[in-house]
Amino acid sequence: MMFPTHFWRYFAILWLAILGLLGAAILVDNHQDIWTSTTPTRSTDLHQQEQAAKGQQLLSLGNCISCHTDRGAAMGAGGRAFETPFGKVYSSNITPNSEHGLGTWDTQDFWRALHHGKSKDGRLLTPVFPYQHTTLITREDSDALFAALKNLPAAANAKPIPKPSETLDWPYGTPVAIAVWRSLFFKPGTYVSEARQSPEWNRGAYIAQGLAHCAACHSERNAWGALTAINDFSGGLLPVLNWYAPSLTSAHETGLANQSVADIARFLKSGQSAQAIASGPMAEVVQHSTQHWLDADLSAVATYLKDMATQQARVALKTPAESEKKSKASPSSKVVSLGSKIYEQHCEQCHQRQGQGIAGAYPALANNRAILLNDPTNLVQAVLYGGYPAATQLNPRPYGMPPYILELDDREIAAVLTHLRTQWGNQAAEVTPLQVNRIRALQGH
Amino acid sequence: MSLFFVFLDLHLQKIPRVVFLGLTAGLLCLFAQTAGAQGKTFKNDMAERTRACTACHGEQGRAGPDGYYPRLAGKPAGYLYNQLKNFQEGRRHYTLMTRLVDPLSDAYLEEMAVYFANLKLPYAPAVQAKVRVSDQLLQHGKKLALEGDSSRGVPACNTCHGKQLTGIQANVPGLLGLPLDYLNAQLGAWQTHQRKAATPDCMRDIVKRLESEDLVAVATWLSTQNMPLNSSPAMKIAEPLKAPWRCGSAPELSRVQP
Repeated sequence: MMFPTHFWRYFAILWLAILGLLGAAILVDNHQDIWTSTTPTRSTDLHQQEQAAKGQQLLSLGNCISCHTDRGAAMGAGGRAFETPFGKVYSSNITPNSEHGLGTWDTQDFWRALHHGKSKDGRLLTPVFPYQHTTLITREDSDALFAALKNLPAAANAKPIPKPSETLDWPYGTPVAIAVWRSLFFKPGTYVSEARQSPEWNRGAYIAQGLAHCAACHSERNAWGALTAINDFSGGLLPVLNWYAPSLTSAHETGLANQSVADIARFLKSGQSAQAIASGPMAEVVQHSTQHWLDADLSAVATYLKDMATQQARVALKTPAESEKKSKASPSSKVVSLGSKIYEQHCEQCHQRQGQGIAGAYPALANNRAILLNDPTNLVQAVLYGGYPAATQLNPRPYGMPPYILELDDREIAAVLTHLRTQWGNQAAEVTPLQVNRIRALQGH
Repeated sequence: MSLFFVFLDLHLQKIPRVVFLGLTAGLLCLFAQTAGAQGKTFKNDMAERTRACTACHGEQGRAGPDGYYPRLAGKPAGYLYNQLKNFQEGRRHYTLMTRLVDPLSDAYLEEMAVYFANLKLPYAPAVQAKVRVSDQLLQHGKKLALEGDSSRGVPACNTCHGKQLTGIQANVPGLLGLPLDYLNAQLGAWQTHQRKAATPDCMRDIVKRLESEDLVAVATWLSTQNMPLNSSPAMKIAEPLKAPWRCGSAPELSRVQP
């Protein structure tokens, strides 16, 4: 069937109009802060010094400096690389250096970055900077953070920090791609207190959802690298880094519902509890962030997380089918004997014959949630690279585990992990050499 | 225990020789067993806390078996501490080391460094080169190590690493008792800027002036030298470094010391 030429012309015009409208809508969506002047005015009720001291505390709640500092470089000078499935992003210089850092920014610019995810010059920031979370930060806290950053020694960067547009795979670093992403997944917001809950609970929720951005790791990201919700703590595998951040609400993974608030707070402060050890990226969080939190904040976050886990447990009770599914392993006799041989040779001396560990030094493996996680990624990481828990004020001289990457092959690691997952009452799925191989390959060794 | 020996003493003549030997052997076995079991019991000490280190660097840090993991025991504490910080701050690169030291505090790293520095263990005799190396190569290496090369402005190794090449307290390592593979890898890493020290990085300036053949020669000669009877690092540099030489990791080398 043939259409007259003018029909195609109208057809094209219609599509162009739709595209134009969509573009305009995205543009409006990303820049409406320019004409909607809802920005809270800056607070001036705090003395400058007090404000900076408060800001210092907020910096540690947000673990800001850790991401904005490269290995061996000046504090806050940025340049640390973050690998994402879309390419690399380097953190920016947040010292008061006027050429490379925030020297020319004012509190309004800083607030805009946290709240709207935009740089001083209006450039849209990549969501590697967790503005899905920082948008909740109050203006008062934003000003305090900025005052604390002003106190950092101004540091210049020897080499310019590469821009996301240069380091992300095309087209993810383009302003258009970021604008589309923001329209789909980002909405500037404020924390709204839940009147039914205690002030402590609300303080915990404000910290955990906002500054501390717990869900940035503890929830699954979608194919676009976006979080579905900032209060979703259902656990997720960190892409590229390759560590599984366990669910904070599941009874099987972290079991916070059955722990006391004091125990949860103590874990965040010391990096270790009778139940668990913070390892991998969480060790870094404990080292640079949570161990420095005020006790009141630790307790607030623990109260909030415990309640989230308790609520989840109630939901799980009503729909037990899926969460209760337990996978049982039936490894071959070859795997069983290899596993127990390796355990005896390499593990038993510290973790003991019955997997009971040594209190305060080496964790028990029997009935340990970390051993039973469906995803064996963290276990393989621990065996390949060993490691120390974070040295903290409460645990200043931790005991460590040697790396076994040079000693054990995939088959041996799979067998010994299967051993741990099937002994002493532990019941979890077998780990296969293929799984170990894939995790090892992702580490580049 | 002493009662047992008294008993043996009194009845020695009456007991047939075989029985005596059997008893002694049994006693020794018992001893060995309890000693072994004691090695396995948990002790709240630095040996226990540094298991992650000694798994590769050998028992008590006396060097790993494969010629790559260097000895830690008896090295100057400042040097060991600086290396731990170098791994943490990206001046040295080895994933296994970096991941181990990353979550640890400066105070704890220093305690570990001091622990290994204070372990005084005998050295094994130097391993002679597996492949035959020419005398020419060894002579060249020896000359560089003990005399340097004034035409290229390269000081002798023993200017800074101790007259006996056993290091200088507290920040300069000894160069003897190290495997050839390790020495080659380190000098190579300095050449390609993979290994760095605090600025001003004097080792970098020295390696820059040398060719790969020179580095191999000096590493080969060093690896074939036996440790002198007194393997401890010297207390101070014989003659303070003259300008422009300065070392960021060992600033005391340039200072006149009392």
